[in-house]
Amino acid sequence: MNLQNIISEIEKVDPEIYERTSTRRDAFKGFAGVSGKIALTALPFAFGSMIQKAYGSPQNATAVLDVLNFALKLEYLEYHFYNKGINTALISTAAVGPGLTALTTIRNHEGDHVTFLKNAILAAGGVPVSFVESDFDFTADGTFPTVFLSYDTFLAVAQALEDTGVRAYKGQAGNLIGAANRTVLTAALNIHSVEARHASHIRQMRKARGADVKPWITGNDTGGIGASVNANYAGEQNVIQVVGSNNITITGINGFSISANAATEAFDEPLTEAEVTTLVTPFFA
Amino acid sequence: MLNKLETNEGATLHEVETSLVSRRDFLTKAGAFSLISAFVMTACKKEDDITTDGVNLGSGDVGILNYAYALEQLEAAFYTKVIASPYSGITAAESALLADIRDHEIAHREFFKNALGSNAIGGLEVNFSSIDFTSREKVLATAKAFEDLGVSAYNGAGQLISDVNYLALAGKIVSVEARHAALIRDLITPGTFANDLAAGSLDKHMLPPAVLAIAGTYVSTKINASNLPV
Repeated sequence: MNLQNIISEIEKVDPEIYERTSTRRDAFKGFAGVSGKIALTALPFAFGSMIQKAYGSPQNATAVLDVLNFALKLEYLEYHFYNKGINTALISTAAVGPGLTALTTIRNHEGDHVTFLKNAILAAGGVPVSFVESDFDFTADGTFPTVFLSYDTFLAVAQALEDTGVRAYKGQAGNLIGAANRTVLTAALNIHSVEARHASHIRQMRKARGADVKPWITGNDTGGIGASVNANYAGEQNVIQVVGSNNITITGINGFSISANAATEAFDEPLTEAEVTTLVTPFFA
Repeated sequence: MLNKLETNEGATLHEVETSLVSRRDFLTKAGAFSLISAFVMTACKKEDDITTDGVNLGSGDVGILNYAYALEQLEAAFYTKVIASPYSGITAAESALLADIRDHEIAHREFFKNALGSNAIGGLEVNFSSIDFTSREKVLATAKAFEDLGVSAYNGAGQLISDVNYLALAGKIVSVEARHAALIRDLITPGTFANDLAAGSLDKHMLPPAVLAIAGTYVSTKINASNLPV
């Protein structure tokens, strides 16, 4: 008779038997197993009610709704950007087959993200922000005057938007920490990594057209876009990752030949809400 | 005593973790015999889906960091071998990209090792005998599996982290794994960078037991994840 196996068997029947402690823990225990069980199509409604019930704290719910609306705003920006591009003859013609397919795929994802976030906010009793195409100025107040006149400019703006979107989600993760927010944090992380896949692909599209750029961000290099997006990449040159009082230098770490480039590429850096707002405000007409 | 430790906000990570381990040990030794007796008949056969021997990842945030460290060890070892014995017909461009990925995974691995300090698990023994490193198709298929698995693992682990700083660090890494995943998928079939998403065009997430069941086929060392947060 193996007691360890028996302990494991008990755990399978009642996973909480070893963990049952305070009522606070019990309050969110009900959610812990839900993520894996409910279909993601039902997710917005499920965690909407979770936000309302958990802890009974309106403050926490408001903070989470603010994060979701911030994300929704960025998704609308991206959705309408790609949608307008696809519906602009010069862009759709230049995109040529696989390029147009990729842009359409990305546009569809952003549309799905808009739907997901909007429904999540509604289910939680919040008011989702809403934007139509005419709410935007994709030249960013004249920064990119040829955004729909040059396919290369369009792709450059796409790269900047995707990389910045990744940094924006990353900067918000900390606001979603906590037992009551498990489902919404997971959803945010799941969107965040899709945006990173987009960024990787857009960069490859630009490389195929001659840009000196990789799927990942090298230092604070703009990948040939230029000074107009310096602020979008500021901070990406970081080679030291801090853990408590431990400043870990990634370049040449532990004697491995990790270049400064590789060290910066291995970690994507966050942006605060304020920093992102500064970067995207010019896109709002 | 154990409840007091858990609600003590000032408790160190080590104290809280010790309390959780101690309770399990208490039950093992004192014996919750009234419960155990009901399970004697079914529990005597060995279950191997969660190993309770082997290298212990630990509990709490340390457990999650060791979990990530384990996955990065696996990825770094894989790409190190890919570059050391490149597949037939590898192009200069592919070689450069895969070497970059190798360097990123080594950077991640060593970062976790240093971040964990004395709490770090040791080096895991990998088993790549099932992989044909001469075949581009086989190597990239394995790379795709590892990268997608890594993304799913980080996405699912975020909710298990207590310290906002560790969550931020995991966040910095997962998007890079997603960039890798997209690139590998595009090398296999251009345009498939984000295929196989979950509903709502969200990426997938998986919890540690499911991830380790898959990753475990490439690791000889037994991994004990039984104390990880759930």
